[in-house]
Amino acid sequence: MKKFIGNLVVSENIPLKNNHFLLKLTQAEPLPLMLPGQFVQLKIDDTPSVFLRRTFSINYVDRLKNEIWLLIQVVGDGTRSLSKNKTGDSLNLIYPLGNSFSMPTATQSRLLLIGGGVGVAPLLFLGAILAEKGFSPSFLIGARNVDGLIELEEFQKFGNVYVTTEDGSAGEIGFVTNHSILKNTFDKIYTCGPTPMMQAVTQFAENKSIDSEVSLENKMACGIGACLCCVTQTHQGNQCVCTDGPVFNTKELVWQI
Amino acid sequence: MANLTTKIGNLTLKNPVITASGTFGYGEEYLDFLDINQLGGICVKGTTLHRREGNPYPRMAETPSGMLNAVGLQNKGVDYFINTIYPRLKVFETAFIVNVSGSTLEDYIETAEKINSLSSIPAIELNISCPNVKQGGMAFGVDKDMAAEVVKEVRKVYHKTLIVKLSPNVTDIISIAEAVEHEGADAVSLINTLLGMAIDAETQKPLLSTITGGLSGPCVKPIALRMVWQVAHAVKIPVVGMGGISNARDAIEFFLAGATAIEVGTANFIDPAVSLQVIQGIDDYLQRHHCESIIDIIGALKTA
Ligand SMILES: Cc1cc2nc3c(=O)[nH]c(=O)nc-3n(C[C@H](O)[C@H](O)[C@H](O)COP(=O)(O)OP(=O)(O)OC[C@H]3O[C@@H](n4cnc5c(N)ncnc54)[C@H](O)[C@@H]3O)c2cc1C
Ligand SMILES: Cc1cc2nc3c(=O)[nH]c(=O)nc-3n(C[C@H](O)[C@H](O)[C@H](O)COP(=O)(O)O)c2cc1C
Ligand code: FES
Repeated sequence: MKKFIGNLVVSENIPLKNNHFLLKLTQAEPLPLMLPGQFVQLKIDDTPSVFLRRTFSINYVDRLKNEIWLLIQVVGDGTRSLSKNKTGDSLNLIYPLGNSFSMPTATQSRLLLIGGGVGVAPLLFLGAILAEKGFSPSFLIGARNVDGLIELEEFQKFGNVYVTTEDGSAGEIGFVTNHSILKNTFDKIYTCGPTPMMQAVTQFAENKSIDSEVSLENKMACGIGACLCCVTQTHQGNQCVCTDGPVFNTKELVWQI
Repeated sequence: MANLTTKIGNLTLKNPVITASGTFGYGEEYLDFLDINQLGGICVKGTTLHRREGNPYPRMAETPSGMLNAVGLQNKGVDYFINTIYPRLKVFETAFIVNVSGSTLEDYIETAEKINSLSSIPAIELNISCPNVKQGGMAFGVDKDMAAEVVKEVRKVYHKTLIVKLSPNVTDIISIAEAVEHEGADAVSLINTLLGMAIDAETQKPLLSTITGGLSGPCVKPIALRMVWQVAHAVKIPVVGMGGISNARDAIEFFLAGATAIEVGTANFIDPAVSLQVIQGIDDYLQRHHCESIIDIIGALKTA
């Protein structure tokens, strides 16, 4: 897929709870084709402590408004600087990068999308595309507490949403793998979130022989397969998360626990 | 347009801007962002005799104005390069230089000999300075006698332009440059990365799986400039300068210090088309200073 580098304009920057914000970016020309699971590399110019580009999943693509959404959590200087962007500001992006979640096969119809924390970001775009293709995906979203549950109303547009929080302040108490919805039968699970969560879901999917994909968030320098900094161990040897991933079928991965 | 052609040994480059090994893949990764035919040259990824998996993740840590890497020469080996990658590269009109790395003397010799047979590869860059491999690598580059020996042996089997890449992790880079010149190197390139380290204070753990790694980017530029200047004064063969070059002004500084060509490394990660801007900027500078050729500014530093 062709990659682009260019300046996009901030059409909206919406502050969300718990240090999250939603950046909506646009440009005059139509945005290129982008797939769920793909990511962008964003340049941050005005912050001396930030040297490399910052990596963010594509949260959603609004074709009608020609917008790309990034759901971002402030964790350091780069994301803090980004949170201050205003409508009309311009940002330099390399996009769209990486592979994408694979679409369900003919025999897979019961789909579960599991997200934790800001790892929910790529699942909104995935859910939207699945719904567009006629599937009714279910979303299982986990957070530490009710404040960590982001974009729930967006997810509800595309399927049923189930929630767990570690303190029980919303939904069922515990981790996503404790949720009662997992007693149902699923044909395919897609997961993105903190590594321990993805490992727990992988274990669950393996025990039940459910096809399962995860989206990894290894630290990147180039994002285009040139530096080999972002590798993960697979059964075929080290592979780049930025080009061979970020989405991997969990059967391919050698998890480092 | 000023004359940007420059010569390293028998190799004539259409302009003095080369992309640095390990930061530009095989060039193909960048095709969506720039016309690589416009580059003076491309130094491809470190290539070893046998396939190497490299070091475990994490291999990268950002630093103020730079980064540490501990990739550890991950590559599929020289035969894979020859059979699978080289045929694809032949169509491009830029000088592909293979960065040859190894753990033993025999590794270097055998790899260089294999590359010697490739008609579209006009030069190798002998990497005796990789800080990220346990055996060999930098060991050859920090010892004058070992550096001399590996160059002497490779020179016997490699008949095209032989560039030797020097390590900055030494007390006296001049003696090493002189030693490899004496054994028949056509040029030296410097600097490879500086050995460094990063720690996460919260977890009290190192940020790299290998604990130490190689520092690159704008933060190393003053050291690189100093070393290029010292080496350019000490040897007669051309010096290829690199270390933190992010724009044309940085590149000009290296030419003034004595570099005949330059390499752009880490900056490619932030702006994949930066090398073309560097070429354009060098041309602009030469015209502004009424120079007809890049040669006019090589080593033209005014110290008096
Ligand atoms: C493929 C991919 C997709 C991503 N998608 C999103 C997304 O949609 N939304 C979002 O908010 N974040 C996402 N991230 C993480 C995001 O890139 C980092 O949070 C960001 O780079 C931090 O930059 P900073 O300058 O604010 O923080 P820094 O000062 O760089 O780091 C602050 C803290 O965050 C940690 N951190 C830095 N980079 C990463 C990383 N890549 N993964 C995990 N922790 C990291 C550091 O270890 C440190 O503890 C993604 C990362 C990858 C690799
Ligand atoms: C991720 C990465 C990988 C590298 N791999 C190699 C390599 O395989 N062989 C080599 O000789 N140098 C390698 N280098 C060193 C660069 O070629 C260059 O010497 C160094 O980064 C300094 O230049 P810079 O500051 O412009 O990046 C690597 C550097 C980086 C950042
Ligand atoms: S980040 Fe450079 S290869 Fe993946």
